[in-house]
Amino acid sequence: MSDPAVKSSLLTTDAHTRRRNAAEKRFRAYGLAAIAIGLVFLVLLLGSILFKGVGAFQQTFITLDVELLEAKLDKSGNRDPAQMAKVTTFGYNPLLDAAIKRATEGAGVENPFTKGKDLRKLLSAGAANQVRQFVLANPDRIGETVTFRLLASSRVDGYFKGRVTRESLARDKNLTPAHLEMVDGLREAGVVAKRFNPGFITGADASESRPEQAGIGVSMLGSFFMMLVVLALSLPIGVAASIYLEEFARQNWFTDLIEVNISNLAAVPSIVFGILGLAVFIQFAHLPQSAPLVGGLVLTLMTLPTIIISTRASLKSVPPSIREAALGVGASKMQTVFHHVLPLAMPGILTGTIIGLAQALGETAPLLLIGMVGYIASNYPGGIVEGFLSPNSAMPAQIYEWAKRADPAYYERAWGGIIILLVFLMTMNIIAVILRRRFERRW
Amino acid sequence: MSFVKLTAAALGIAAVSATAAQAREQVQVAGSSTVLPYASIVAEAFGENFDFPTPVVESGGSSAGLKRFCEGVGENTIDVANASRAIKETEIAACADNGVTDIIEVRIGYDGIVFASDINGQTFEFTPSDWFLALSDKVLVDGNLANNPNKTWADVNPAFPAQSLAAFVPGTKHGTREVFEDKVILAGCEATGAFDAIMAANGGDEKAAEKACIALRTDGISVDIDGDYTETLASIEANRDGIGVFGLAFYENNTDKLQVATMSGVTPSTETIATGEYPVSRPLYFYIKAAHIGVIPGLKEYAEFFVADEIAGPDGPLAEYGLVSDPELAVTQDAVAAERTK
Repeated sequence: MSDPAVKSSLLTTDAHTRRRNAAEKRFRAYGLAAIAIGLVFLVLLLGSILFKGVGAFQQTFITLDVELLEAKLDKSGNRDPAQMAKVTTFGYNPLLDAAIKRATEGAGVENPFTKGKDLRKLLSAGAANQVRQFVLANPDRIGETVTFRLLASSRVDGYFKGRVTRESLARDKNLTPAHLEMVDGLREAGVVAKRFNPGFITGADASESRPEQAGIGVSMLGSFFMMLVVLALSLPIGVAASIYLEEFARQNWFTDLIEVNISNLAAVPSIVFGILGLAVFIQFAHLPQSAPLVGGLVLTLMTLPTIIISTRASLKSVPPSIREAALGVGASKMQTVFHHVLPLAMPGILTGTIIGLAQALGETAPLLLIGMVGYIASNYPGGIVEGFLSPNSAMPAQIYEWAKRADPAYYERAWGGIIILLVFLMTMNIIAVILRRRFERRW
Repeated sequence: MSFVKLTAAALGIAAVSATAAQAREQVQVAGSSTVLPYASIVAEAFGENFDFPTPVVESGGSSAGLKRFCEGVGENTIDVANASRAIKETEIAACADNGVTDIIEVRIGYDGIVFASDINGQTFEFTPSDWFLALSDKVLVDGNLANNPNKTWADVNPAFPAQSLAAFVPGTKHGTREVFEDKVILAGCEATGAFDAIMAANGGDEKAAEKACIALRTDGISVDIDGDYTETLASIEANRDGIGVFGLAFYENNTDKLQVATMSGVTPSTETIATGEYPVSRPLYFYIKAAHIGVIPGLKEYAEFFVADEIAGPDGPLAEYGLVSDPELAVTQDAVAAERTK
């Protein structure tokens, strides 16, 4: 390669060294470029999620003074709950019409509509129910004028958020540009305003005709019960399996086979677990469709390999000297494992479990097949047993469902749901990082 | 894995016994994704106005819903199946095999199928023949059946602009596809004379001729959309020349993005569909298991509420969402009240 007669100096760089240095510089530049590209995509992704989703946390409300007329709400006048319940939400609509009319008069806004039905298009279809629930809970307030903060309809809300314009309403059936003139006037009078909407986080899903009312609360509970099932099953099973494989099992072809299979299972696409779940839990075991219990069981199967692999890795990282010392002072094999090895491996096991849970929380594909998608999560579970067994949705399934719906207002809610899901995932991952940082010991 | 399966099975048995002990309180509904928005609007209002819990509504398609409906009688089977087509004889037979004999058919109204394109694109006035000439696999060329040579709308009908052909039609698992084939493609097939030509060629076999008529071209101009209408809309946004087949309700919720084409000179709307002027429409149904009435609390009340004037009538929330209300709603109301079975 080089002539031994040529003298080189440490002070002057020769061509070969320059080439090597240049190669290193280039490599660093590639690395930096790769990180930069990754960061750009991350920023783009998070930016667009935040940009599109933040709107879902705010909602337009209309503050109205509703006169609770006795003649409409309780004709008999004896405040009998059964009698009052007979007045359906449709019976409350005239009261709302009158309230909007009064509000426009109070604000000095021109009202081109004569029909109450047209005026009511400003309000959510769920507004009548809000008033009805109040009246049924407080029968003594009948006859008074009560101030309600009611949800505005999704088109009015879209106007506040810039999604709906006069042009886009030109052929719309749900709202006309004349409504927007009224909304402008009412906004100046402070009757209509956009504010934070806790109902999006805690509320139940709504039908297609009232996207403004939809919330992710019920499907959040669905996800919660699913995660309980996953945690309760996959942690003990996974840890027991790994301890046995790592500490007790003899190395032979059988344990090798198990090991290969566990690694394979970790790489199996999640939809496969969904099909398995459908066949085993629903068609064979006849568990209820769409139930968080079934979702949890399917996700357990998916999470188990992840937990076993991470648990085995953290058991392996405990130095043999600890085991030998324990055995040396007379501890049994089981005492060695449970008194010395397992506590030292615990932070690693917990980290693996949390990451496995986070992965399961964001999973949609297996839920498609067991009926948790295409289900409208409108009922809060009545108790713990019901929480596991009654049909529910899950957060990622709810997001998928919203993205599919016809009304464009649901699109925003899908992005809002993604923000909430991301907050959960980030919290879980941060907990995992903290656990590792604070408790993990290195030898 | 055997340990896992054992645990799962044990848990399964425990859960089954738990569900058996716990009586079902809410009505369970499944079926057509076209009926789903209507059913969910009704379920929501039902939950608000009655002491019964909100019915559980799931989608999955008409056929899947009816299949679950026919699985048998009992608390672990659904009570109501939504369908965007009438139940078939084979399905009634399958139901009967599993002991589901008393079925109440409820027609809730009509749904229009519309042809819509990008709002900034060309405006179209279609007839069924145009769609047949645009999408059929074989058309008449100089009196002989040949592979469809048309590449632009101007080829189909000289009155149209020379916009390249691209259509997004519902996939074969949708009930909408059947109506599209029946009322548009087949009608166009007959109107252009291709039907008679096929009949003459195959010796008068009407069924085979119909089948040949509704075969769509496979050269990429007709695209099957297996997902929801949102997917059709996304396809049109990606290809501005495309024309999609939608439900009327979907179009009415997206009038800022889509413009609708007329069919045989009639603009689709709830009014023109109700009078029958607009030709492409179909009835929507739901089916009730009569054996469950009185067992599942709220089932009959839900059905009666669904067809009540204030819900399914021309001024109700369903009509507002895009359902064409049934002019013979009173008959349906009586049938539900009397639990008249099919």
